[in-house]
Amino acid sequence: MKVYIQNLTRYKDLFFELVKHDIKLKYRNSILGILWSMLNPLLMMIVMSIVFMELFKTNTPNYPLYVLTGRILYQFFAESTSFAMDSIYANSQLVRKVYVPKYFFPLARVSSSFVTTLISLVTVVTLIAVTDVPFRWLNLMFIVPMIYLLVISAGVGLILSSITVFFKDVKHFYSIVLLVVMYMTPIFYPASIIPRKYQFILNLNPLYLVLDMFRDIVITGSIPALSEHLILIGYMIVVGLVGLGLFYKTQDKFIYHL
Amino acid sequence: MSNIAIQVSEVTMQYRLAVEKVDSFKNYLIKKIRKEMRYEDFFALQNVSFSVEKGEVFGVIGMNGAGKSTLLKVIAGIQKPTLGSVERHGSMAPLIELGAGFNGELTGIENIYLNGLLLGFSKKFIKEKLDEIVDFSELDKFIHTPLKNYSSGMKARLGFSIATIVKPEILIVDEVLAVGDFKFKEKSEKKINTMTENGTTVLFVSHSLGQVEAICQRVLWLEKGNVKKIGPAKEIVEQFRNSQ
Repeated sequence: MKVYIQNLTRYKDLFFELVKHDIKLKYRNSILGILWSMLNPLLMMIVMSIVFMELFKTNTPNYPLYVLTGRILYQFFAESTSFAMDSIYANSQLVRKVYVPKYFFPLARVSSSFVTTLISLVTVVTLIAVTDVPFRWLNLMFIVPMIYLLVISAGVGLILSSITVFFKDVKHFYSIVLLVVMYMTPIFYPASIIPRKYQFILNLNPLYLVLDMFRDIVITGSIPALSEHLILIGYMIVVGLVGLGLFYKTQDKFIYHL
Repeated sequence: MSNIAIQVSEVTMQYRLAVEKVDSFKNYLIKKIRKEMRYEDFFALQNVSFSVEKGEVFGVIGMNGAGKSTLLKVIAGIQKPTLGSVERHGSMAPLIELGAGFNGELTGIENIYLNGLLLGFSKKFIKEKLDEIVDFSELDKFIHTPLKNYSSGMKARLGFSIATIVKPEILIVDEVLAVGDFKFKEKSEKKINTMTENGTTVLFVSHSLGQVEAICQRVLWLEKGNVKKIGPAKEIVEQFRNSQ
């Protein structure tokens, strides 16, 4: 344990450099650069709002804000986990040549996605300012569900990155999983359209729980129930520990499969 | 406080060579159920034990494929041994793969930072030592040029300069001295010599028997992953020569 903490402090500069490097890489050669972190969800929101408000006549209040928050949080989960999945492969040169704490690679990628996501939340603030949703002190609590989601994504990222080293199929399969997750989570449709007898499935979906908490805090301004926090903390601990455990157990074998 | 710098105890490095390549999950399941998974065991190192004392210059010799590089990687911590353990006492600078993580698109300076961070230096430390690194590599004219325009000798010089900027207690050298022109070779040998005079332990792998005889005190002779002999440099090198 002591060795781990020593290593962590020794290599912490490397970690920040990796995060910076990932962000730079994402927007390399694009003229608008990091602005895309904000433009992309905004454009998406406009398209979705037109489709659902005009064509499907949805009656969800504050629909643009509803779909924007859903989109940003889902996008973070999807991007960070699939980005982390590739990380060991993309850095195989380094894994083979030098000693570096290997879990840095997936975690740096999840962290860099987190940074760009925080930047894209500027659009949410802007949208609140131009619509009649009031600002509340409570809104600052948004960081709590974000941290739950960060840890859960990091756990999933660790699991995926270690499995992918052994079975490349995971990469192809995961895009389908993400699609299923997207449709199973009320991102652009209201949770109320799910029949009552299937509601329990929704309540097992950690992404929905996070999203629901985030919307409660930001849109309706209600304080999330303690039970929701407890469930999410439970998810966080389980997924995080499974991720770390699996990664730790398999990391010495990576080198034979790269 | 013991006098041992590196303690290698019964290290075995076993590779499972699958006879066929299995890289999809479906394939794996089918093979596993039909019990068709066939492996061949290959031992890169087998039951290797030795210890290196503090301040000693220790050589490793052997034919190609004897397991020298694997041994160094295990000692450097890049690979974990299948069995056995390695203890290291003191800070270590492995000169095994110079310039790991070098990126052709970045300039010399940027690569110094990148490579330095990968070696576990802090940003502050690199900043302080930047001039020293550039001076030693004699690349001040090209330090703002992207690395893709460097010759391989220049890259090696830069890599060597970064890796040796710390004063390590243990230095692992894997024939890196074979790179660069004779002038830089002399310079790097001199640097290693001053390090050993200051009490640095050196683990040295080379095919150049003359060099091993000249600088090492003790030598380990590896043959097909096994320890053939350990002993005083002159004796072992002599026997190794005669066995060819």
